[in-house]
Amino acid sequence: MNQLILSTAALALTAGMAMAETVRLGTEGAYPPYNFINDAGEVDGFERVLGDELCKRAELTCEWVTNEWDSIIPNLVSGNYDVIIAGMSITDERDKVIDFSQNYIPPATSAYLALSADTDLKSGPVAAQTATIQAGYIAEQGMTLAEYATPDETVAAVRNGEAVAVFADKDFLVPIAEESNGELVFTGDEPSLGGGVGLGIRESDTELKDKFNAAIQSMKDDGSLNALITEWFGDKALLF
Amino acid sequence: MFQYCAEPKTLEGLIWLSCYLTNEKHQLLYGSLGTVLLLMAIVAPVAMLFGFGGAVAARSHLLPVRLFGKGYTSMVRGIPDIIFFMFVPIALDQLFELIRHKIKCPDWTDAIWQGSDFVVCAEAKLPLSTSPQYVHEIYGFSLAVLAFSIVFGAFAANVLYGAMQAVPRAQLETAEAYGMTRRQAFRRVLVPQMWVFALPGLSNLWMILIKATPLLFLLGVEDIVYWAKELGGSKTSQFAYPHPDWRLFYFMALLVYYLSMTRLSEIVLGRLSQRLSRGQATFAGEQQRKAAR
Amino acid sequence: MSCWDTLLQYGLRAVGIGENLLPKTDFTLCQHVVLIGSGLIWNIYFGVLALIFGFFLANALALAKASANPLLRKPAEWFIFVFRGSPLFIQFFLFYETFVLLPRTGIEIPLGFTTITLATSWLTKAWAGALIVLFLNTSAYTGEIFYGALRSVPKGDLEAADAYGMHGWRKFRRVIWPTMMRLAWPAYTNEAIFMFHATTLVYFSGFPAFSQMGDSLYYATYFASKTFNPFIAYPVIAAYFICLTMLVIFSYGLVNTYLNRHLPQNMRTKIRLRPQVIR
Repeated sequence: MNQLILSTAALALTAGMAMAETVRLGTEGAYPPYNFINDAGEVDGFERVLGDELCKRAELTCEWVTNEWDSIIPNLVSGNYDVIIAGMSITDERDKVIDFSQNYIPPATSAYLALSADTDLKSGPVAAQTATIQAGYIAEQGMTLAEYATPDETVAAVRNGEAVAVFADKDFLVPIAEESNGELVFTGDEPSLGGGVGLGIRESDTELKDKFNAAIQSMKDDGSLNALITEWFGDKALLF
Repeated sequence: MFQYCAEPKTLEGLIWLSCYLTNEKHQLLYGSLGTVLLLMAIVAPVAMLFGFGGAVAARSHLLPVRLFGKGYTSMVRGIPDIIFFMFVPIALDQLFELIRHKIKCPDWTDAIWQGSDFVVCAEAKLPLSTSPQYVHEIYGFSLAVLAFSIVFGAFAANVLYGAMQAVPRAQLETAEAYGMTRRQAFRRVLVPQMWVFALPGLSNLWMILIKATPLLFLLGVEDIVYWAKELGGSKTSQFAYPHPDWRLFYFMALLVYYLSMTRLSEIVLGRLSQRLSRGQATFAGEQQRKAAR
Repeated sequence: MSCWDTLLQYGLRAVGIGENLLPKTDFTLCQHVVLIGSGLIWNIYFGVLALIFGFFLANALALAKASANPLLRKPAEWFIFVFRGSPLFIQFFLFYETFVLLPRTGIEIPLGFTTITLATSWLTKAWAGALIVLFLNTSAYTGEIFYGALRSVPKGDLEAADAYGMHGWRKFRRVIWPTMMRLAWPAYTNEAIFMFHATTLVYFSGFPAFSQMGDSLYYATYFASKTFNPFIAYPVIAAYFICLTMLVIFSYGLVNTYLNRHLPQNMRTKIRLRPQVIR
């Protein structure tokens, strides 16, 4: 079941659709600026705004649900929500189990954040969140992987010296690096992993997938998606 | 909450803290204390019911029923409770949906397990995908309650089975000599007497239940552990109240909360046991009688 | 690939020997059994060591709690109360958070003539940190069991010891302690069983897994989250734990027989399994 629920119904009801279908959007709520729980206790972030907009365009009523990261796919599959919108990169491995919409964030770079720029990444454990493509990458590169359940803990592990670096989406790390007053700096290479970030949808839900694909396409076409990416991830973020 | 909290970034010191500790997110934390209490309030009676059923089944004269009862009472000894908590809710969820599917959509021809998808017809979904959010919340919480009740029911069955065995055999034989049927003897003689024997075990079980509630977090219910982790993690200035990693303080607070809960229970249960022993022909009852003289 | 190959590849994966990468697709039952079984090494490691160390501290705690001297009694009472009164889950979190706050370079202890540096970094690793938490936790529970047994040592035994002219350490070692053990053993067996069960919490509560080396539940959830099928991984780990429990009951049963060897058949204390010490 593993379902963390937030009572924040996103009312995307538009005029002329009395019998809207309710779609439940599952997110993690711990990965700012993609998604996080704000001080009012509601889901907030880039994906909150994006999801609400997509639902409006696809004429769906959407509700937000949070779920722990490591069980986010199983709970989609067992039907606890209908869409994963949690900064999830499109990978072949995941694609075998669920379907992805087209990406709403271009294939982005992952980066290492460490206490000093000349850190030897092979010298000690590198922190990554359990069951992310970054964790898989670290294991495949033959580095020592230290797994943590939440993104926040991976950063904490570098601060307290538990790991030599944290490896995560660069967009997630940029604000942390900026606010650390030089304590944390980027180091090493910045590989581009996965096929961008997309919505995760059950393989049997082709109709829903088509609707969201169309909505994402329309946002790409009119430039509103790029505007949103710039708003949340800054000027340096990759655009479509 | 307070008027002066409108601009948190301009505040300092105790005023900042008073705003921080009363913001909406903290109120969710305080609310989740209620979730924990609610869980215990529901699980305790339900688990007693399961436990009673299990204990009676384990004493049954019918072999299949007895085997079921024995199996139920001994499962918690062999297998860690966490494994049950990981497994039972998913299994129950799929089981319920499967049963509803068989009843509501008899004409369904597609496979139910399509690869890794578990697909039942829309009418069989639990809860229905059209139901409002609070139904989903209640359903999720109920599955957690059910998982807890099954595990703690097995614990309670152990205690109650032991208590039933502890009632002197002569009592039952006397009842039967008076012409009572087995059923009557069970209801009129065994059950009223077993509670004194069961109380120590049951109080112990209550303490266990208190200490098992953080596992709700593993079941995906937003309990105090979830909020403590969420609130304690370091926050960038994207949040209204940025702060470094404060999880240690939050977990300290949780420790104090749990210690006071168990201490309070200890005191209350101690009083209860004294009350129940009054006038009983047991060691404790005898001590009370002597002390009063 | 045969199951034998899988055993060679992953049989000791949990301690870092064998194939580096975990299986990713086409999971077989054999892989489930082998990897979860290799994770069981950690459960046994934590359980056995915590119980051995805990046994000694528990004896000390029981004696301290029974002592007339408040300087001994009060700390023991508090120790037992704190560890028995709070969830192990929270204790793991708290200890991990505390351990990571210790300076990485170690703590320097000035001894006047020299300074020794106490290394602290290993405390944040599960093999040491979690073991310490489990050790303290089981000490508290066992200490309470031993204390209860100490208080129920029959008066007759003590008087008999006096009559033989025994006192002090000799009386304790030859009369009080063996009886205390005999009385406590059934409850202590339960504690041991649930101690092993509690080891599954280690990788669920703060302590990170390094290089994907974890305990049996770590691998069980790994499989469950990859296959999305809870009906294989969890029954496999359940079967392992049933065997482990049987083994504990058997070995503690041997000691129990030994402790009761001098008593007539009908007076021997039997091990009755009760779930009284779960955390």
